[in-house]
Amino acid sequence: MNETLGGILIGVGLLFDLFGCIGLARLPDIYNRLQAGTKCVTLGTCMILIGSAVYAGFGPLAVKAVLCMVFLLLTSPVAAHAVARGAYRSGVRLWPGSVVDRYAEKAGPSVPGDPAARDRSAKEPSDDA
Amino acid sequence: MSGYLVAAFLVLTLSALLCLWRVGRGPTAPDRTVAIDILGTLVVGVTSLFALMTGQDFYMNIAIAWALISFVGTIALAKYLEGKPFDE
Repeated sequence: MNETLGGILIGVGLLFDLFGCIGLARLPDIYNRLQAGTKCVTLGTCMILIGSAVYAGFGPLAVKAVLCMVFLLLTSPVAAHAVARGAYRSGVRLWPGSVVDRYAEKAGPSVPGDPAARDRSAKEPSDDA
Repeated sequence: MSGYLVAAFLVLTLSALLCLWRVGRGPTAPDRTVAIDILGTLVVGVTSLFALMTGQDFYMNIAIAWALISFVGTIALAKYLEGKPFDE
């Protein structure tokens, strides 16, 4: 019973990993790749870890697998957020087919990645401060 | 179970090859950073399956350490991309 359930969980996690990496290879720009890759691969790896824990039964391996899953769920969104912000600030453009850019709307009409515009917006006090 | 685990390793190897293709191809530096981050997450899954295959639970320690150190490396690369010093 445990072996069957663990095997099913590991199989579904492997499919999520594979589809996330296909998205990473196929999608058009950095932001799409980031959202496909990070979410799918984090969920897939967490399902592999849960499947390992279920397959092995209660013991040191299961406890460490659950601990590893918690660390992964805590760190992966933070890393993805930091990379997206760094990519935007370093001037990587959105794919031309993108329809909305909330970050530029919030930060004002300054050109992203332009150092002069960034200094100007840093000196002026913002409205909501 | 053994054949099943071999198939699982093959699927993860294919995923890792797609990530490596993106590392080599990626037109900008953030593409490569994302691909390396995802490669680290895949290695956690490989290590977990390896622990299951051998029955040795210390391989999960490697998975935990790999997850945390990969996070630190990705944050450092993101700060570098943003053009800021690391302590800001």
